[in-house]
Amino acid sequence: MTSITKKLALAAAVVAAPFAVATSAVAEGEKYVLVSHAPDSDSWWNTIKNGIALAGDQMGVEVEYRNPPTGDLADMARIIEQAAASGPNGIITTLSDYDVLSGPIRAAVDSGVDVIIMNSGTPDQAREVGALMYVGQPEYDAGYAAGLRAKGDGVGSFLCVNHYISSPSSTERCTGFADGLGVELGDQMIDSGQDPAEIKNRVLAYLNANPDTDAVLTLGPTSADPTLLALDENGMAGDIYFGTFDLGEEIVKGIKAGVINWGIDQQPFLQAYLPVVVLTNYHRYGVLPGNNINSGPGFVTADGLEKVEEFAGEYR
Amino acid sequence: MTSATQPTANSDERVKEISSFRNALIRPELGGIVGTVAVFTFFLLFAFDSGMFNSQGIMNWSQISAQFMIIAVGACLLMIAGEFDLSVGSMIGFAGMLIAIFSVTLGWPVWLAIIVTFAIAVSIGALNGFIVVRTGLPSFIVTLAFLFILRGFAIYLPQTIERKTIIGGVSDVAEGDWLAAVFGGKIFTGFFQWMGDNGIIAVFERGTRKGQPVVEGLPMLIVWAIGLVIVGHIILTKTKFGNWIFAAGGDSEAARNSGVPVNKVKILMFMFTAFCATVLAVCQVMEFGSAGADRGLLKEFEAIIAVVIGGALLTGGYGSVIGAALGALIFGVVQQGLFFAGVESSLFRVFLGLILLGAVILNTYIRRIITGER
Repeated sequence: MTSITKKLALAAAVVAAPFAVATSAVAEGEKYVLVSHAPDSDSWWNTIKNGIALAGDQMGVEVEYRNPPTGDLADMARIIEQAAASGPNGIITTLSDYDVLSGPIRAAVDSGVDVIIMNSGTPDQAREVGALMYVGQPEYDAGYAAGLRAKGDGVGSFLCVNHYISSPSSTERCTGFADGLGVELGDQMIDSGQDPAEIKNRVLAYLNANPDTDAVLTLGPTSADPTLLALDENGMAGDIYFGTFDLGEEIVKGIKAGVINWGIDQQPFLQAYLPVVVLTNYHRYGVLPGNNINSGPGFVTADGLEKVEEFAGEYR
Repeated sequence: MTSATQPTANSDERVKEISSFRNALIRPELGGIVGTVAVFTFFLLFAFDSGMFNSQGIMNWSQISAQFMIIAVGACLLMIAGEFDLSVGSMIGFAGMLIAIFSVTLGWPVWLAIIVTFAIAVSIGALNGFIVVRTGLPSFIVTLAFLFILRGFAIYLPQTIERKTIIGGVSDVAEGDWLAAVFGGKIFTGFFQWMGDNGIIAVFERGTRKGQPVVEGLPMLIVWAIGLVIVGHIILTKTKFGNWIFAAGGDSEAARNSGVPVNKVKILMFMFTAFCATVLAVCQVMEFGSAGADRGLLKEFEAIIAVVIGGALLTGGYGSVIGAALGALIFGVVQQGLFFAGVESSLFRVFLGLILLGAVILNTYIRRIITGER
């Protein structure tokens, strides 16, 4: 039995060691927890982790990033409950499923923890759960800003390639763009599906039938990459005005080559960084911005590509 | 010298005397008991004032542990019967999705949706068991196939029917349903309100629920977990069927020769595992009000981990439901406790691995002491 005791003692020592480190590393100051819905495998959220870490350093507060390892939203609800029970000064969380998460978030707010909603959800939902504000990219406003920009560049008609039409936010992007241009959306939005070959052929067919189309708007890499191929094939590449939401490798190449005029970046860095700054100043000095904060749209054009490439995956 | 001690009249020299203390101590759940004490001591020392042991904190890790417990009871009995079920996690996602589709999309009453879902899930469990028994293939492979099949359907069905992977609105249709309350309700709410009023537990400081206790009541999830553990323990240790489970997992050939209906036992255990997974699925859907295609990912391994921490043998024929329940408790407390203690969250898996390894080594020693094997 002595060998067991020894092993146990050793195990206890091994387990305890990182605790000692963790405890001594605790900064003096407020504590904020960021809870996301992303599984461990989603690398997009690395930017978020770096964002809060940087904000924590700069503001001298303790920050923690938490997520359900498999992306299971039921697990995420428990993490929010746990975060609330651990008594932080504030919680920053996404609101990706209102049904599942509104209860735990509401309970956290009611038990005295200040909450900021970031990334997912809408400003309305954030208000309903009692959050201080929403930090993210409201899709309609982003589309609208993009529409105004395109109008300034002389665009009068467009094609919106919608690859996830079932989600309301996708339609908001297209509607916003049309309103920014000051035209009716009408038939200018197509349901392209998710299959690259189908997307490509539908874009080709539409542009064939409507050769006067001034611009193409895609809603992310899924629709942008096949659209790039389609424009290559019908020779419109570089000629037609091309804007897209979100960034990806092919999109960055397209911007560099001059085929894509701009990409809309929702700037996840700001979605993590700003809530920590806002909460810290709120708790220290009682100051709070009067409205929601739009982290995007940030327009990425050929001019600003250096920074994007330099910090890709880290802060961009 | 001829003073060899003579055996007394009523003792049998073939039976070795074991002190009652040793007898009480040496049991399959010893590892679980030691682990539970160690884990609680540890967190009481390192995370006492972190909120882990206030009412919200206790409810938090209790619910996590209860989730593990529900699936661990099924997995434990099945493992003692000598088989695995890797489709538990997918079954949670699939069963939850069925309930949402039946009740929200098709508009069935919620009680009917729950009953039909249970019937379908248990039938799939029976099919799992039937294939394993008839083909003689390892259950590892057969249930691995169902891991993919069920997860596939959990994504395909809502995609095709509703064009999304999360179906919400279950809480609205479940309002006032008698069977929904059995899974998603809370009991003893009066008692918790009384504790809140008397300052024993915290109350909400602001908002629409100001003055109400932060913990409203005991969730049915925990009631189910405790109920399943008690039922499982009684079946395993106090009934003939329990002996059959041990026999089927220990040496199925020998058991068959002595008249144990091994196939029936195994199929029933697969059905029970599916039942447990569905209980968790229904509790989740009723509590959160929506079903998602990604619910329950990797839960099958969490169930197996809890069972193994609790002292069961992967090869079957040995284990205990109480042990599995303690394993689930350890797992839940560690998982949530590490965050209360402020450990870097990416290290969580490292600790999980260390605890699993430590528990298995400890359990092996204990088992060798019990069985005398070398």
